[in-house]
This record gives sequence, structure tokens and C-alpha cells, in this order.
Amino acid sequence: MAPIIFRDVSFAYEGNTVVSGLNFEVNGGDYLCVVGENGSGKSTLIKGLLRLKAPHQGEILTDGTINLNEIGYLPQQTAAQKDFPASAYEVVLSGRLSSRGILPFYSREDKAIAEENISRLGISDLRKRCYRELSGGQQQRVLLARALCATKKALLLDEPVAGLDPVVTQEFYKLIEKINRETGLTIIMVSHDIHSAVRYASHILHLKNTQVFFGRTKDYVDSEVGRNFLGMGGAAID
Amino acid sequence: MSIQKWAGISWGWGAPPLISILQEMFSYTFLVRAVVVGLLVSLCAALLGVSLVLKRYSMIGDGLSHVGFGTLAIATAMNAAPLMVSIPIVVLAAFLLLRISENSKIKGDAAIALISTSSLAIGVIVISFTTGMNTDVCNYMFGSILAMNKDDVKLSVALSVVVLTLFILFYNKIFAVTFDENFARATGVKTGLYNILIASLTAVTIVLGMRMMGAMLISSLIIFPALTSMRVCKKFKSVTFCSAAVSVVCFFIGVVISYAVVINNNTLPTGASVVMVNIAAFLIFGAVGFIKGRIKT
Ligand SMILES: Nc1ncnc2c1ncn2[C@@H]1O[C@H](COP(=O)(O)OP(=O)(O)OP(=O)(O)O)[C@@H](O)[C@H]1O
Ligand SMILES: [Mg+2]
Repeated sequence: MAPIIFRDVSFAYEGNTVVSGLNFEVNGGDYLCVVGENGSGKSTLIKGLLRLKAPHQGEILTDGTINLNEIGYLPQQTAAQKDFPASAYEVVLSGRLSSRGILPFYSREDKAIAEENISRLGISDLRKRCYRELSGGQQQRVLLARALCATKKALLLDEPVAGLDPVVTQEFYKLIEKINRETGLTIIMVSHDIHSAVRYASHILHLKNTQVFFGRTKDYVDSEVGRNFLGMGGAAID
Repeated sequence: MSIQKWAGISWGWGAPPLISILQEMFSYTFLVRAVVVGLLVSLCAALLGVSLVLKRYSMIGDGLSHVGFGTLAIATAMNAAPLMVSIPIVVLAAFLLLRISENSKIKGDAAIALISTSSLAIGVIVISFTTGMNTDVCNYMFGSILAMNKDDVKLSVALSVVVLTLFILFYNKIFAVTFDENFARATGVKTGLYNILIASLTAVTIVLGMRMMGAMLISSLIIFPALTSMRVCKKFKSVTFCSAAVSVVCFFIGVVISYAVVINNNTLPTGASVVMVNIAAFLIFGAVGFIKGRIKT
């Protein structure tokens, strides 16, 4: 059984269904890209996975190997406010919280894991800096490091590259690919950058308020939906 | 109560050294007790304030103090121990206010205003039925350092210690829930629980500090130190420590000023003096932050 299975899932806000007919599975180590137009239900799906939003119909199954508090999450828009006084290190370390349970303080191991992810993302020189004074790309790295601290199994990324410049964007994709390859972490990423999606992801899920396509990336590129979307990708979106 | 003090004018001919003012102040046990409670409450308020201000919950603190005023009036009318009546009701109000501001973002502040003014009105009516609108009302509104008896002091000290302990134990969780509630929730932290914890600790702190600082002024203890330290500090931990220090120091200076300065044969009101010192601290830190920013760029 796959670690994450969606079975006929739909989501609704105040009774209005916004996305339905979700049927797919994600296996350990997969790199799934969720694509689709604005408002097609991508973020909603991520929230469903995180149990921040209950499905309207159907069910989301996770087998015993994946625990809710073992999922790292990089939100599309952080609820964190712009003027929050916190050092980058404090933010990264807070990713370890879920593994703490009711224990009040971080252990030496937690701090070591935080340090490891900080150096993995190349933000060692930022660790003492104030989070609110970092650039968008730097903030995104800090949040990714926090997400990595929270997980050994799966990483959910909702448009992680929005607002980053092309060079940093490519670096970011490479970084995520490297993490996926080296650690075997399952990646589920929402992206508007369809070309990078097909370059890096192993699977594609295309939404348009319903599931238009789910399958391997190479099948997607050959499919009609995929060809259409790739044809207009980049031009029509962003 | 007749207490001899240095008149403000006496400063003209040979200012009494600060030490002897303090010595005299602390020869009154009731003042010592009041100052101890005040310091503890300032500490609690400052710590919780950091989280409340950052979560945009400052209004809840203000709303709770008005509810506190109402319950105080009722407790006095019933001849009951004020803390015993106020604490449960204000904690309940804290749950309610939290719910309201979580569920309907837009109407949240209106609902808080509604609850504050209602509690005020109820309080005033109850007072006018019982003791009449006399100095009591003034004391409830703006505080009095003489408000606490021995039992109150014991309870206040115990509760402040509980608030401080819980804050320290849950510091990391409070940080996570304050910084990014969605992420915390997504990774399995029971954020609702911690919101309730923050709100109820705030409620307790407000009730404890209210009679000394006054219902109108108590929320300043929560809001000022956090905002003041955020002018200068950039880490959550340093903001927290700095708020605690600022709050305690400002309270102490405020109390001493209110004791030492006598105008028209009256000491300055404690609550207002403490707030004035907090305003001064805010301005100083603001200036320091501004200058620091200038030097850097
Ligand atoms: N909290 C909400 N309340 C009501 N409707 C919502 C809410 N959040 C999202 N929706 C609606 O659900 C639909 C899907 O939204 P969602 O955020 O999942 O889109 P998305 O695919 O992530 O879009 P984008 O590419 O712009 O991020 C939209 O029509 C949106 O208006
Ligand atoms: Mg989205």
C-alpha cells in the first residue's frame, strides 16, 4: 500500500465544492508536482493532506509509515507576519517542535539537526540575522530548513519559488531535487513553473477543479492535457 | 490612611537621596506587598504581551480588562473576594474573545468593543446600585496601590508563579504558535490549546494587576514592554527578556515616582505613573532603534 492515497476526495468551502474527483497515490520517495491554474484547488489539496482542511467527500488514507507530525511544510503564504522579531536560527529550530511532544525544551539532537539543515541550505551566515530583514529568497530558504527539520518522510511545498529571481529559482529546484535524491524524502510540490515541474518531478498531478491528469511525468508530457499546458505554460501563467 | 511623605517641594532644599525614599517606602509592609505583586504581575504581563502583540491580540487584553472591571464591581456588591469572582469569569471571557477573533476576522474587533463596553456599563450600574459612584469607581478605573489585602497578595504571588512557570515550560511552543500558526498546526502541534493557554494566562494576569493599575490602564502593562523592546531587539528571545526587564524596571520606577511626588497633598496615582514611565521607555527605545537603523544604512 502506498503511504498516501486519495480516494474520490473532494473539498468544499461553505458547501461550494472547489475541487473534486481526486484519485491518486504517492509512494515513498516520489517527487510529485501539482500543477493547474489559479484557483484550481492546489493549495486546498495541500491543506487537506496536512489535515488543516477536512475532505468534503472521500477519504485520504495514510499508512502507518507516515505520521502527521512527520510532514514538513512550506506554505504558499506564511501566516508569519512581516515584522516578526526572530532570528533565522530560532525559526529553523522551531521546526523541531513537533518531535518534542510535551517535552518543553529542545535537546542537543534537535539543535544538531537544525545546524545540519542550516548548513545544507547554505544559510550558515544568516543564522543570527533577523528573519524580517532577510530577502524573500533568503526567507524561503530559512523556511525550507525549518520544514526539513520537521520531517524525515515527506515535504509539502506550496509554490516555494514564487517571487524568487530565475537564478535563485533554479538553485532552489536543484536543492529540492538533491534532497529528494539523497534522503529519499517524498516531495509534493505545487508549482506554476510547468517546465521545471516536468524537468524535476517524477509524477504530475494536474488540477482544474477536478483531477485532469495524474501519472508519471513522461506520460504527462505525451498526453494532450500536458502538451496543451506545456505549450502555453510560462506565457499564460506568470 | 495617613502616611507621611516627602512633599514634592521639599526637593528644592536639598533633595533627599533616593536611598532614603526607598527606605521609607519599604518600611510600610503594605507597600512592600503591593510592590512585590506589582513586579510579578508586570513580569507576567510583559512575557505574555510579546505573544499577544505579535498575534495581533492586543485588543483581547484590553477587552478583558473591561470585563474585569464589571466582575470587580459585582464581586464588591456581593461582598465576595474579588479575585475569586473575577478570575473564572475573565478566563471565560478570554475563551469567548479568542473564539470570536478566530472565527470572524472582520467582526472580531467590533465584538470585542461590544463586550468591553457592555461589561463597563454593567459594572457602573452595579456600583451605582450599591456604593454609589464614589471614589471606589475611580479606584477600579485607575487603580490604587492600597487595593490588596493579605490574602489577595498570597493568591497573587501564587498565581503569578504559576503563570511564569507555564510560560517558561511552553516558551518554545508559544514561539512556534505565535510565529506561524499554520505551520505549527500542520506539524501536529495543538495550536488551539496553546491559544487558550495564552488567553487564560493573560486573563489571570489582568485580573491580578487590575486593581493596582486600574481597569483602564492594565492593558498598557501588556502592550508597552513588548512594543518597546521590539524597537531595538531582533530575536524573539531577546525581545522576551528585554520586555521582562523593561516592564519590571518601569513598574518599579513608576511606583517610586508615584510615592515620592506629592501634588495637592496627594500622591500620584500608581497606575498612571507606571504608564508614564512606560511611555518614556518606549520613546527612548524608539529613538535608539531609529539611530541604530540610521548608523547601519
Ligand atoms: N478559505 C477559503 N474560503 C472560501 N473559499 C476558498 C478559501 N480558500 C480557497 N477558496 C477557494 O477555493 C478555490 C481553490 O483555491 P486554492 O487556494 O486551492 O487555489 P490554488 O490552486 O492554490 O490557486 P493559486 O494558484 O492561486 O494558489 C478558489 O476558487 C478559492 O476561491
Ligand atoms: Mg495556492
